[in-house]
Amino acid sequence: MQAYDLPDNFGHFGQFGGTFVAETLIEALDELRDMYEKYKNDPEFLAEFNHDLKHFVGRPSPIYFAERLTKKIGGAKIYLKREDLNHTGAHKVNNTVGQALLAKKMGKPRVIAETGAGQHGVATATIAARLGLECVVYMGSEDVKRQSPNVYRMKLLGATVIPVESGSKTLKDALNEALRDWVTNVSNTFYIIGTVAGPHPYPMMVRDFNSVVGKECKVQMPELENKQPDVIVACVGGGSNAMGIFYPYIDDKSVKLVGVEAAGDGIETGKHAAPLTSNSPIGVLHGNRTYLMQNSEGQIIETHSVSAGLDYPGVGPEHSWLKDSGRASYVGITDKEALAAFHNLCLVEGIIPALETSHALAHAEKIAAKMSPDEVVLVNLSGRGDKDINTVADISGISI
Amino acid sequence: MSRIQATFKSLKNKKQKALVPFFTAGDPHPGKTVEIMNALVDSGADMIELGIPFSDPMADGPVIQRASERALKNSVGITTTIKLAAEFRKNNKMTPLILMGYANPIEAIGIDNFISLIKNADIDGVITVDYPPEESVQFVKKLKENNIDSIFLISPTTDDKRLKLIINQATGFLYYVSLKGVTGSANIDIKEVSEKVKNIKTFTDLPLGVGFGVRDAKTAKEVAEISDAVVIGSRIVQEIENSNDKDLINNIRNLMVEIKSSINKNSETSE
Ligand SMILES: Cc1ncc(COP(=O)(O)O)c(C=O)c1O
Repeated sequence: MQAYDLPDNFGHFGQFGGTFVAETLIEALDELRDMYEKYKNDPEFLAEFNHDLKHFVGRPSPIYFAERLTKKIGGAKIYLKREDLNHTGAHKVNNTVGQALLAKKMGKPRVIAETGAGQHGVATATIAARLGLECVVYMGSEDVKRQSPNVYRMKLLGATVIPVESGSKTLKDALNEALRDWVTNVSNTFYIIGTVAGPHPYPMMVRDFNSVVGKECKVQMPELENKQPDVIVACVGGGSNAMGIFYPYIDDKSVKLVGVEAAGDGIETGKHAAPLTSNSPIGVLHGNRTYLMQNSEGQIIETHSVSAGLDYPGVGPEHSWLKDSGRASYVGITDKEALAAFHNLCLVEGIIPALETSHALAHAEKIAAKMSPDEVVLVNLSGRGDKDINTVADISGISI
Repeated sequence: MSRIQATFKSLKNKKQKALVPFFTAGDPHPGKTVEIMNALVDSGADMIELGIPFSDPMADGPVIQRASERALKNSVGITTTIKLAAEFRKNNKMTPLILMGYANPIEAIGIDNFISLIKNADIDGVITVDYPPEESVQFVKKLKENNIDSIFLISPTTDDKRLKLIINQATGFLYYVSLKGVTGSANIDIKEVSEKVKNIKTFTDLPLGVGFGVRDAKTAKEVAEISDAVVIGSRIVQEIENSNDKDLINNIRNLMVEIKSSINKNSETSE
């Protein structure tokens, strides 16, 4: 059987992916692709990357057996890959460390990033401070209001946060604005994209940097259970934590891969952020072709999710490919279900998960209940929920 | 001969350069679009670029972003844009009309459907900002089969190898983006542009337009001296944004007349 080897040289995953950008950016993307090709197998670069993952991020992250949760659900064993224990509290930092090192190698003194919830912005500001790079973060003005602690965090780390007032003033608009900055400052600036979206080579590169998660699982899981998991569950915004844990398992067909999108108020209400689960049409946004929430005239429609990090109308092109090829399946979890799973994990395991992650947890609970006790469900616990306590308190009608 | 080719040929015979204004369909509201197009022609436009509103115009600066947002508030998307273009064409069989937009609206209504709609509307060319030549081979082929020109952008970062690739697919004319940046950015460095233009010209006989930083009559004149067409977008859209309904047409005319006369002064002196 042929090993999985996507994307092709032009960044295509079947009909998805590619490079859909204005001409001004092509040279920068070509340069990035060449430099990434050069460094991705370079022993010195990899040594630096792994050194920072170990000593700055705190890797490897453990896999933890959620024993009380398992007992409560009464089915398959539930294990958690603890990305919440990383420095800055989420998987996002794996990728920012890789890209920032690459920026440094390429001699770019300035990095920019887009952010929704602020997690990627914080991770970028963190590594920029660590490496002495100038850092500018674009954030929709709606999100600036909703996520003020993270805005202050970024400022403490020396980053400039620029509120974006265009369009829906959220993550997708922040990405547009970052692309505009990059077009303008392409000679001295490296754009650190926060998920497996954007034009080639970003979906591939972000996946590769995050795949440290899945690689560790492949070693850790047999140590704990003498086998690989039966099912892996991860939430999908753009899809970077999911690709990070899925990718090393793609050729191991005995492991089921399940991505969990934000169903918001429910897929049927139209108020969600689930392009795959809702069978949205294929479209082109932010440099790639993928399933995309849009109206019949191709205008991108507003998304809804309780978690800002999943509030994105598209999805990384590799997920579109994995869906069509049947290698992974995708489901939706509503705000309500995610919140229940959030509280559950707090109370039963003493872990406050991110609201994004809570979507994966909710689905894991559902399927584990129907599986047998000798089966294993592994959840990518993509981040910690400290950033979300204001949101959860608000919803619960509590002022803190 | 396509309308675009014919226009460039006739201008060349008169030793003149094309003035190509851009604005977004449906801005400030769809009732004004055809009236604005007619006023542009009356006041000196040799071709018109009509923008297709899009929710995520990543290559545009704030001025054209806001124009897109106003148009979308008026429910003007790709199909209405084509309808408005068709309405203009009913009474104007001369002026080349080019649609400029992003890939997603075109793909959303279907490439074949889009091409058949614009063919029926007698539209002459298409610029798709986020379709580089590598990703648009089929699209360009189909446009060619229907005698519709594919206009490609060339940027300051485009090297000679890509230049050849682009020229291979382009028809009608080439559009040189005069600066690294989004539409409506700072003024352009005319010397740098001049050198780039000279280089591009060594590869092709296609006419070459320059745009993305032309904000006044002086720059327009300088650009006209070194190219075949001056594209002016954000400055026109700004005029639309800043004018009330009553003065709108007059303000656009005045701006156009000023730019047109500076471009033509150039052609007289060079004779
Ligand atoms: C903890 C956490 N998980 C998941 C996501 C969603 O992103 P992705 O789908 O790229 O993993 C985010 C985004 O902010 C996040 O902060």
